[in-house]
Amino acid sequence: MFVKSDQTVDWDAVIADPRFQALHKKKTAFLWGLMAFSVAYYFLLPIGAAFFQDVFKVQVWGPINVGLLFALSEFAVAWGVAIYYSRRANAEFDRMAAEIADDVARQGG
Amino acid sequence: MRQIQSKRVALLGLAGAIGLAAGPAFAQGAVSAEYQWLTFTVFAAIICLTMYVTFVAAKRVKSASDFYTAGGGISGLQNGWAIAGDYLSAASFLGIAGLISQYGYDGFMYSVGWLMAYITVLLLIAEPCRNIGKYTLADILAYRNDPRKTRIVGALSVITVSTFYLTAQMVGGGVLVKTLVGIDYEVSVIAVGVLMLGYVLFGGMVATTWVQIIKAILLVTASVVLVMLVWTPYGFSLPAFLTDVVGDSKVQARVAALLGDASTNMTAAELGQRFLEPGLYFKAPIDQISLGLALVFGTAGLPHILMRFFTVPTAQQARKSVVWAMAIIGGFYVLTLFLGFGAARFVGPAEIAAVDAGGNMAAPLLAQHLGGGADSFLGNFMLAFVSAVAFATIVAVVAGLVLAASSALAHDLYVGVFRAGETVTPQEQVKAARVATVIVGAMSIMIGIAAKGQNVAVLVGLAFAVAASANFPCVLLTLYWKRCNTAGIMAGMLIGTLSAVGLTLVSPNLTYPIAATEAAQKVLAGEPAKRAAIALASASSDPAVVAKAGKDAAALDKVIDKARADIEKHAGQRTSFMGLEKPLIALKNPGIISIPLGFLSVLLFSLLFRDRRAEAMWNEVYARQNTGILVSKSSSH
Repeated sequence: MFVKSDQTVDWDAVIADPRFQALHKKKTAFLWGLMAFSVAYYFLLPIGAAFFQDVFKVQVWGPINVGLLFALSEFAVAWGVAIYYSRRANAEFDRMAAEIADDVARQGG
Repeated sequence: MRQIQSKRVALLGLAGAIGLAAGPAFAQGAVSAEYQWLTFTVFAAIICLTMYVTFVAAKRVKSASDFYTAGGGISGLQNGWAIAGDYLSAASFLGIAGLISQYGYDGFMYSVGWLMAYITVLLLIAEPCRNIGKYTLADILAYRNDPRKTRIVGALSVITVSTFYLTAQMVGGGVLVKTLVGIDYEVSVIAVGVLMLGYVLFGGMVATTWVQIIKAILLVTASVVLVMLVWTPYGFSLPAFLTDVVGDSKVQARVAALLGDASTNMTAAELGQRFLEPGLYFKAPIDQISLGLALVFGTAGLPHILMRFFTVPTAQQARKSVVWAMAIIGGFYVLTLFLGFGAARFVGPAEIAAVDAGGNMAAPLLAQHLGGGADSFLGNFMLAFVSAVAFATIVAVVAGLVLAASSALAHDLYVGVFRAGETVTPQEQVKAARVATVIVGAMSIMIGIAAKGQNVAVLVGLAFAVAASANFPCVLLTLYWKRCNTAGIMAGMLIGTLSAVGLTLVSPNLTYPIAATEAAQKVLAGEPAKRAAIALASASSDPAVVAKAGKDAAALDKVIDKARADIEKHAGQRTSFMGLEKPLIALKNPGIISIPLGFLSVLLFSLLFRDRRAEAMWNEVYARQNTGILVSKSSSH
């Protein structure tokens, strides 16, 4: 009563395909790297607000201080990461994945 | 044809019933009695529009796929708006603007985590889920594990998270509508429930999606108009605007009140500037980091958000929808910066808190002020509009939650477990989905009424904590770790959920009668000194000081009444609901403990109970989630 594994496609061959291995390597490093950077950058905000208040209070432009600029930079970083990832995925990962998927379809998968 | 007609009649009846229910049951709210018709007109217009969409959508709902996921025919852009509509609850619309108006910088900092959460969704969750999932979160868990066991724990967790979130929306919505328009709490809970049922029951995911899109567009439009009105006088200069905010005496008085004795040696300029510095709201860094963890990882485990990725045809469209959602949600939070500081500058923190202690009325009162004030038609029109948008917001979020909970009930438990191995026809599946919707909808109304007075922030915190500690580790590890299996999923779901709920039950969030009584007694002990100060001010020759003394006296009366009521309420009690005299842990949000526990449980139990089949199917899962093989490519371009 388990979900029937789809035997029409030779999944081991897909995984063993050097193109899949290349995609897997590129994606893994890229995604987890970006993820670690984003989470670390996010937690700098509460940590800074709690432990580096003197820095956050420094006024830069009129009443605008480092803390406010840092909070606004979180938005820029979130959007930047999103755009950076989608560009890379649209240009590179999608093409690599489509090549493999098209081959599987052609082989009567 | 007959069926469609009966649906039309049912929809009209629904709208009528709400009109009747709302008619006699309103008292005084922020919208004055003579302008209440305005709110109802604006809201009726929104209902008519969304009902029309539901009516059109109802004809297209033929299969379970139509009902749960709109047949996968939603575009990335549409889904981006719908995610924003699903996510921007009244709590973030009114709550964050309110927090900024009351606590300045910390309120804005609070909003950042809600956006950052989507990085996790974008990078790790959205695309793999689209490639291997079907309708629900449990579909992903069941793919290479024992479907019966994983569907049961998955569905239970989905129902738990949705119920906490749903209750928060119902309770928060009921209170807000009462404060805004004066409709009785129970009436507004029933109205939200019945309306939402109308959308979901007849129009399924198609109608729910459009209700969410319409609501998100209304919300963003209203905010942009308000921000334009706030910012234009300053020539769109941020320093000029903030200089005016920190120079305002109402803002400075608020900071002085928050800081208490610490403010005695500060100048007015220092007090104003302090509003833009951290620390007025968040006192314990560990609490804030714990909440941040729950937000950043919990969003990726929220069932009603995950479900949205099954409505688009391909992984590319899923990716596009998260990017759009991030643009809309992030843009909206930047706007709340102006709404919150604008409300503090133009309405005043104390005036906002006088209407609602949590500050939730900041944006509506700002709208009224910008339109020309409480006596003007335009001012009341804008207040009415913002109130109607807030109501639409609650309905849209509740609709998404009910759809997620009923899909777990109908698709996972009924079709996947109870009738496992049988052939369930498409007609039966849709019928099961509709029956489940009615059950969940009716329960949500009952829970909403029963939970009156519950702490909304605690309920939302719980929903995110369970999602981050149970759903997120299970989904993430089954997608990315070969050895993950049924035992790991079951342990992760159960231990993650139980630890998040258990730690909250022994946290400082609950009411502890001994501490509450002591705090109330302290308030009473301080009364004579405050009365003396007010008496002194009343004798002043400055009419402004006398007027302020009058306001202070009224505010003090309220505080004293509440303190007396608290003491009476807790008389004879010594322990909290859990039988504790004081909290066992100091943490307000359990995330920092329960999230690692959830992950450890999946890891440990997967390793202890090895499952060769789950490992053998890893290649299939991993190849499919990365390539999209077997996903229909019909509408990928």
